[in-house]
Amino acid sequence: MSSHYLSIEGLNKVFRKGKDVTDVLRNVNLHVDQGEYVSIIGHSGCGKSTVLNIIAGLIEPSTGCVILDRKEVTHPGPDRAVVFQNHSLLPWLTVYENVHLAVKKTFQGIKSRAEMRAWTEHNLELVNMGHALRKIPSEISGGMKQRVGIARALAMEPKVLLLDEPFGALDALTRAHLQDEVMRIHNELGNTVIMITHDVDEAVLLSDRIVMMTNGPAATIGEILTIDIPHPRDRVAMADHPKFNEYRAAVLRFLYDRSTLGGKGAADGDSAARDQRDPDASPEDTENNKKIIPLSRIA
Amino acid sequence: MTTTTFSDDFFQRLQTVRDCLVHRALPPVTVILGLLIVWQILCSREGAHLPTPVAVVQETWELIIHPFYDHGGNDVGMGWQILASLKRVAYGYSLAVIAGVSLGVLVGISTWAMRGLDPVFQVLRTVPPLAWLPIALAGFQNNNPSAIFVIFITAIWPIIINTSVGVRQIPMDYRNVARVIRLNGWEYFHRIMLPAAAPYIFSGLRIGIGLSWLAIVAAEMLIGGVGIGFFIWDAWNASLISDIVLALVYVGIVGFILDRIVARIGQQLTRGVTV
Ligand SMILES: Nc1ncnc2c1ncn2[C@@H]1O[C@H](COP(=O)(O)OP(=O)(O)OP(=O)(O)O)[C@@H](O)[C@H]1O
Ligand SMILES: [Mg+2]
Repeated sequence: MSSHYLSIEGLNKVFRKGKDVTDVLRNVNLHVDQGEYVSIIGHSGCGKSTVLNIIAGLIEPSTGCVILDRKEVTHPGPDRAVVFQNHSLLPWLTVYENVHLAVKKTFQGIKSRAEMRAWTEHNLELVNMGHALRKIPSEISGGMKQRVGIARALAMEPKVLLLDEPFGALDALTRAHLQDEVMRIHNELGNTVIMITHDVDEAVLLSDRIVMMTNGPAATIGEILTIDIPHPRDRVAMADHPKFNEYRAAVLRFLYDRSTLGGKGAADGDSAARDQRDPDASPEDTENNKKIIPLSRIA
Repeated sequence: MTTTTFSDDFFQRLQTVRDCLVHRALPPVTVILGLLIVWQILCSREGAHLPTPVAVVQETWELIIHPFYDHGGNDVGMGWQILASLKRVAYGYSLAVIAGVSLGVLVGISTWAMRGLDPVFQVLRTVPPLAWLPIALAGFQNNNPSAIFVIFITAIWPIIINTSVGVRQIPMDYRNVARVIRLNGWEYFHRIMLPAAAPYIFSGLRIGIGLSWLAIVAAEMLIGGVGIGFFIWDAWNASLISDIVLALVYVGIVGFILDRIVARIGQQLTRGVTV
């Protein structure tokens, strides 16, 4: 038994479908402390969602186990609330009802009706959605849906909050707003968060540690980068923070080294540093590495 | 000055009402009038076998203005005839909704049930409604339940098939949400499954009600008694062609209204989410 809040021990995952065998994860080990914000980054299809779903209990590992707060994870449950990539609100329920259903199931017999109502509203206000309680999902924007998804997850008071590319489908501005909101909530509540992202800046801005996964098949954790910048962090100040750019370059370098497209520029540390300033790069840059355009989004 | 604004406003409104009438009501009214005129001309010729629309109205005027008379036996007003048919449809269709949605859910959630039942359904649903009538009469030894059975068996297939498709296509995401918040079986059924499948279920219900109304007229022609189907058959035997024409108009209008009602209920319950 480990002393960590959340332990992922010797995780292997093989998907079988008839004779088809996909070796997705091999020997994934990770330890997360309470209150930590951990991001998982890696190339598309390497198995990030699979890791997250195993922690959530939605998928069973082939071998290995997940231990949360000294108990092995066997089923999904509200102590590991998930914010799904595509918000997954129930379209026939209002914003309020979507959150309230989760609250009712989680706090049955613990909170009174009035308390549950107040708690639902409180969480929606936390993500600034208090004004749209009676709207149904089709009447609100993508960013608002994502916020309701976050409110629903927070309202379950999970031990671990699991975020699967929570801001993936959003425009840059909405994304920044939501990142700030998640940062603020994390600072206020101090919950343990595991977030999958494809966005290097986002990972560095939000995380205490960034877990970088190798490419599949049989992906595992390649490197773990500790982001030693104190909270609360300010996005504008961070842009000029020397450490911020260092971390950012390190993540980019990792991804780029693993990139099946690159290889040439990988040896050349300078290219990563250049790309980090302007991913879309200069014409001579694109000439050298034709296919590696928006590096920060390659993941 | 105020009077000008008032009248301006008034005329503005008049104009919108007029525009609405012109765009919405004018086309169907024109088409119907056109058809009536063609019909009138065709049937006014020497040796025409069918009555003209004017003759239809003249000959059925008593039926039109007294829809709810009751002279005992089969000799009742058109209103009662329609209501008798509607009652049979209500019984048969309600049973079909209950059985159809239940079986559809079963076939939707259980692969075993689908493999077993689907071939049976696929064969049975191609049997024409009236072909069931002799079997039903033999089984029930009674006209009314037989007619209700025909409605039931006619309406149930599209309900089963659409419900099962609706249940099968419930996105993985909703199921994952249900698992994370730990909904139990019953909660999952009425919180997730029914609403997620509702648009599909309602398209099945809508097809079902249409088929029911088609089948009842045919079934009643054969079983007799009070009902719009037998009214038509009876009129044919008495050579009252105008009565038949009037009955057809009523059948069409009622069928249209039934379809609209089911569609409207579906819209309300699914909050406008369509398939
Ligand atoms: N149910 C399944 N059956 C078979 N293979 C699967 C299944 N689920 C995932 N996989 C495979 O596992 C691998 C990892 O999938 P996963 O969804 O975890 O990737 P990911 O890192 O989250 O990718 P992305 O960044 O694109 O979301 C993929 O190659 C995928 O094809
Ligand atoms: Mg994924």
